Amino acid sequence: MSFPTLREHPRASDDTVAVTVPAAGRRRRARLEGSPWVAAAFAAPLVIYLVVFYLWPLVRSIDLSIHDYTVRAFVQGDAAFVGLDNYIAVISSPTFGPALANTAIFVVVSLVFQYAIGLGLAVFFRSHFPLSGLLRGLFLVPWLLPLIVSGSTWSWMLNSDNGIINSVLGAFGIGQINWLTSPDTAMTAVVIANIWLGIPFNLVILYSGLQNIPTDLYEAASLDGAGPWRQFWSITFPLLRPVSAITLLLGLVYTLKVVDIIWIMTRGGPADATTTLAIWSYREAFGTGQPDLSPAAAVGNVLIVIALVFGLVYLRAQRRQENS
Amino acid sequence: MNPKVLRIAAAVATAGIAVGALAGCSGGTAGTGGDAASGTYTWWDPYPQHAEDSDWAKRVQDCGTQAGVTIQRTAYDTTALTNQALLSAQDGTSPDVILIDNPAVSTLADTGMLSTTDDLGLDTSAIDENLLAAGVLDGKTYGIPIGANTLALYYNADVLSAAGVDPASITDWDALDAALAKVSAAGKKGITFSGINTEEGSFQFLPWFWGAGADLTDLSSPEAVEAVTLWKDWLDKGYAPNSVITNSQNTVWEEFLTGDFAFAENGTWQVDSAAKAPFASGVIELPAKDGGAAPAPTGGEFIVAPVQKDTARYETTRKIIECMTTPEGFVDTANTFAYYIPPTAEGQKDLLAENPDLETWVSAVQAAKGRTSDNLGTDYPLISEQLWTAVQNVLSGAQTPQQALDAAQSAAQSATGK
Repeated sequence: MSFPTLREHPRASDDTVAVTVPAAGRRRRARLEGSPWVAAAFAAPLVIYLVVFYLWPLVRSIDLSIHDYTVRAFVQGDAAFVGLDNYIAVISSPTFGPALANTAIFVVVSLVFQYAIGLGLAVFFRSHFPLSGLLRGLFLVPWLLPLIVSGSTWSWMLNSDNGIINSVLGAFGIGQINWLTSPDTAMTAVVIANIWLGIPFNLVILYSGLQNIPTDLYEAASLDGAGPWRQFWSITFPLLRPVSAITLLLGLVYTLKVVDIIWIMTRGGPADATTTLAIWSYREAFGTGQPDLSPAAAVGNVLIVIALVFGLVYLRAQRRQENS
Repeated sequence: MNPKVLRIAAAVATAGIAVGALAGCSGGTAGTGGDAASGTYTWWDPYPQHAEDSDWAKRVQDCGTQAGVTIQRTAYDTTALTNQALLSAQDGTSPDVILIDNPAVSTLADTGMLSTTDDLGLDTSAIDENLLAAGVLDGKTYGIPIGANTLALYYNADVLSAAGVDPASITDWDALDAALAKVSAAGKKGITFSGINTEEGSFQFLPWFWGAGADLTDLSSPEAVEAVTLWKDWLDKGYAPNSVITNSQNTVWEEFLTGDFAFAENGTWQVDSAAKAPFASGVIELPAKDGGAAPAPTGGEFIVAPVQKDTARYETTRKIIECMTTPEGFVDTANTFAYYIPPTAEGQKDLLAENPDLETWVSAVQAAKGRTSDNLGTDYPLISEQLWTAVQNVLSGAQTPQQALDAAQSAAQSATGK
């Protein structure tokens, strides 16, 4: 194959340039550049940004979850410290088990289908054909629409009595399915909508991953007689692994915290059939007339921990890959 | 720092933060405060549909001008307004005046952020007691209703006459059931309402709940079971569409406007829209189980004044509130919104003189009942959440009425600690 030699060339020329020219100039300014104050000044805007917009909300969320913030305590600022009581109450609540299971189903099923369909479309669009750019653009529509629009549209389409989906099914002799109003099908309905929403994200990232796979690999493979199926499993899939991993990790984090689409379509109902941890947290805080901020924050922090665990799993897998 | 460690830290932080944004949003931001330049008074209301150049905004401004100050008005959406009010109180930047949905008054009052009408020197003696009740907590009054709306039963006169039903005959549940049976037999749809799992669902269910004689302190009473069974039977018999489980009140109205439904449970705010409908429509009071009008919950906003550090501001605040709550002011408000019945006898009389068609609504408002009244106060939202959950569980077939209401009652008891 030709590409190992290609890679050696640029590296050799890099080295010769780097050693001679910049080293001389750098020495003169060394004192100023070495000063820790300058370093701090350059880092300050980023650090301030991170603290204000990331660290502070996180700290505040933990603070909310270990105090008993009733509405009154929230205003008067005298919430009692309760330690882990909120977490214990949340985990021992009868809502917790079903919500955890719903979250797992929602996330796993959404991710599997989003990834599979996104990858299929990405491979499909890899071969250029007339209007492929336009078509690919159209697949981004779910991403561009405001969620309130797509969520409401899905709930109309899935309406039990007047929805277009039921009327199409009816034409094939399938009776009325109460998509959003029966505890048996509500989860399926919101998962379908969420898969549709997540496909563009998977498509875009996987498609750009595909661009980085050198075409000569495919040329060599087809010379060796590999068909499209064999090319996919032996070249595309293994070489996309790093991109796939990060797509799935990001997808996982995004899907874990999905509130809007479920809230618009079912508000976590009926009978808690679509209450995920994120929905539960939102409902405690904003879904009733009486904001329960502390349990809501506790549920939110449980979600953060779950996301962290998967982030660590990802990093370990990546490190193992680098070491091997 | 070792680049690998840095990257690990960054990736872990990213994963955590992405989810943390959800939990963190409870922090939020506060709006403009009451400590604006002197001569400027801040006003929040839940009417973003009324822009800066609207009649409503002009009325607000006029009341400011009469009190010798400029009013800086900010409109939020109803749910956001309660959260904004709480956040501003925490920051000590409350506005001078807030117009807030009536069930939220006791929640805000309980935090100590609202001044009483006595503190402000406002006279509330003319206000109908059943309407003022939502603003009363432990014997103190924290606001004045600027108008009230409630629910009633709209009917499609064309559908009813085709089915041979006289709307005047519907005075109890049996008569309503009989009417629904006739309408169904005539091939039309019976009734639509909102059984959604939010406060709207409880709001729509309460007339049937109260109309059966049930009480919010006992969700699992036989009367409560009867009320939820009534709704469930309508679904089972096909009188009501299955979609009522996710219907908001707006969706209910959209369904009614298709002209296919005989009845729709909806509020005063649809009066104008009903008049413009392509079919003849009318409205009757919601029937109680054994006859008579069922008490429907009151809707509508209260005008409240948050506590200010500078108590000298109250004098002007009082003038602004008084300007909004004179009989002429009430009628003005009623006309601006087309869905507010004045909360005083005098205001109601003036409104009826201008607009006699609203008579059903005036008597519905007189029979109405505040959701937080019976001194439920801040317990109401907790009970209401369990009530709408139970209704959902029954309508979707997840539980029987008795199971669902038993579960709701024990959950409500543990939530309110009673």
